[in-house]
Amino acid sequence: MDDRYGGGVDVGSCTTKVVIAGRENQILGSAVVYSGTDFEAASKEAWARALQEARIDEAQVARVVSTGYGRKSVPFATGTLTEISCHGRGCLHFFPGPITVVDIGGQDNKIIKLDATGRRVSFKMNRKCAAGTGAFLEEMALRLRLPLEDLDRMARAADGEVSLGSYCTVFSATEVLEKIKAGHPVNRILRGVFRSVVKRIMEMDTLTDTVVLTGGVIEHNPFIAELIREETSSEVVIPPHPQITGALGAALYALEEVLADRSLAGSREN
Amino acid sequence: MTEQPKPARKAIQAVAQMKTLMAEYFQSLDRAAKEGTPKIAWCTSVGPAELLHAMGFSVYFPENHAALIGATRMATDVIPVANSIGYSPDICSYLTADIGAYLSHRTPLSKSYGLETIPKADVLVYNTNQCRDVQDWFSFYAREWNVPLVGLHTHRGVKAVNEWHVADLVAQMKAMIPTLEEVAGVKFDIDRLRETVRLSLECTELWRQVLKFGAAKPAPITFFDATIHMAPAVVLRGLPEAIEYYRLLIGELTERVNQGIAAVEGERHRLYWDGMPLWGKLRDLSEQFSALRTNVVASTYCNSWIFDAFDPQKPLESMARAYTELFIVRDETYKEAYMNEWIRDFSVDGIIFHDAKTCPNNSNNRYGLPQRMATRLGIPSLVINGDLNDLRCYSEEQARTNIEAFIEQLDEKG
Repeated sequence: MDDRYGGGVDVGSCTTKVVIAGRENQILGSAVVYSGTDFEAASKEAWARALQEARIDEAQVARVVSTGYGRKSVPFATGTLTEISCHGRGCLHFFPGPITVVDIGGQDNKIIKLDATGRRVSFKMNRKCAAGTGAFLEEMALRLRLPLEDLDRMARAADGEVSLGSYCTVFSATEVLEKIKAGHPVNRILRGVFRSVVKRIMEMDTLTDTVVLTGGVIEHNPFIAELIREETSSEVVIPPHPQITGALGAALYALEEVLADRSLAGSREN
Repeated sequence: MTEQPKPARKAIQAVAQMKTLMAEYFQSLDRAAKEGTPKIAWCTSVGPAELLHAMGFSVYFPENHAALIGATRMATDVIPVANSIGYSPDICSYLTADIGAYLSHRTPLSKSYGLETIPKADVLVYNTNQCRDVQDWFSFYAREWNVPLVGLHTHRGVKAVNEWHVADLVAQMKAMIPTLEEVAGVKFDIDRLRETVRLSLECTELWRQVLKFGAAKPAPITFFDATIHMAPAVVLRGLPEAIEYYRLLIGELTERVNQGIAAVEGERHRLYWDGMPLWGKLRDLSEQFSALRTNVVASTYCNSWIFDAFDPQKPLESMARAYTELFIVRDETYKEAYMNEWIRDFSVDGIIFHDAKTCPNNSNNRYGLPQRMATRLGIPSLVINGDLNDLRCYSEEQARTNIEAFIEQLDEKG
């Protein structure tokens, strides 16, 4: 078996991401598909697409690490790690520690702190409620009858902001309806919706050192990064393709295992 | 990272004896309820059980019953019944589960011990050292059955236990004695109380020994085992049966330590658990930690039935002191120092705080304690959001991922 490659599969509540990494830690192929209700099928589909993009055969990938909400549903994975480890590892690939990783996902948010050596110091996930996550934005888009892909542009274009006070997604939706009835422009309400996402993050933990934003919400709504910059004096950065950072981290862990296997095999041969 | 086979868990043999003991306990309560003698006193878990035993009552502990409702996963079905008559989902889910079960004519005692119903109280005796909710809980039954309700109001936020704390509680206990005498039909006898306190002291000393086995490496017992084995310390303290049981258990645990038998095979990490158990998820959590080769070796919760202060020579005073020395009624500086000691003695490398939605008094993460402990001790901690009984407040997948990620963090630390 060719041992040059490592695979990472991040099965999130909304989308499934795959990255195939080469021995120089470079991304050879990647794919993003909707997770839907069949995680196994989604992971297989994303896997096939990423292999195709990388122009390699499945047999050439010696190790595959799965992560994310559906990490136990990837039949071809050789190991699993949580998304907390994988997002941290993926971000370290682009930015040296110490860093604070803020991952805004489909149904949960995470704040992960890594020290100068890259070792994790702490992590926090949002509590049970999905307020401030991608699910919150989806709910608001639905209430406002807007396509998800328009939210960023409209919030950015707003000449003001309508403040939303509630923690709760359902109560926020009611608040949004009240604001519409009161005659507030939709784009100002949207900017308030984005601000609400940022508030939920800021109350989870302190943002220290360099702040790295990851996840699908940032990929599709980069205006959130600008709002976060208004709230912190820390440098706020975004990796090239933030939605696949977790899958990249998983692929890099897989690659480390590949190298460890080689080194073990080498020492046995010697 | 590569998937490992699940290690087998080592069951403690003494549990069979405990089941027999608990069956006898509940059946004796059932007989008392049916025959009208001895009289039945309901008592909170750290209420004046010694006084009640000394006056000849059969003593029933609704908190134990509520935990059984949780452990048998009946709680989430019956809590809404209590909610619907005005008991908020935000208050103690022991209270809402117990009252909800009563209103639904259900009890886990039926399936486990053959009881048709819970034993009706002749008197209800609470101690607010657990929380104010116990008073409201017992008040419901006092109204329902028109029986006397008496209670102790323990001081809270106590830094050091002073003579005036003790004197106040002694006065409160003396004040309830006439009511108890009237219900029991017997006069209070200080010598019987001395004997009961002596038995409680012996029980609590043995229970401490049981918990101290968690300090062994590898530990022969887990927090999850201890939540089961603490039952006699809760419901039978002050009686000889509890003492006999713990001697048996200590014998088995000693043997395990001598043979190097670990409760969690291949123990890699040792954790401290602060807060209430999630009764409906004990098995799942126990299996998850076991699969991660991690043992929860110590806890604040199981330690709550260690009462060093009991003294047969000064029964009322020492009871007052014991009930006020409890972790739950102490101030933050005491709690921090207490946890430090156990964490050091048990070679703990991580702390889990269970933030129980309906139990603020047992959720010690809410005033910055995890952060202070991490800074001072360099020990990482994890907060799990859940509840003792109300599984509507628990996101299992999130909790499992958090635990797994926490163990990965400990692995990294090496």
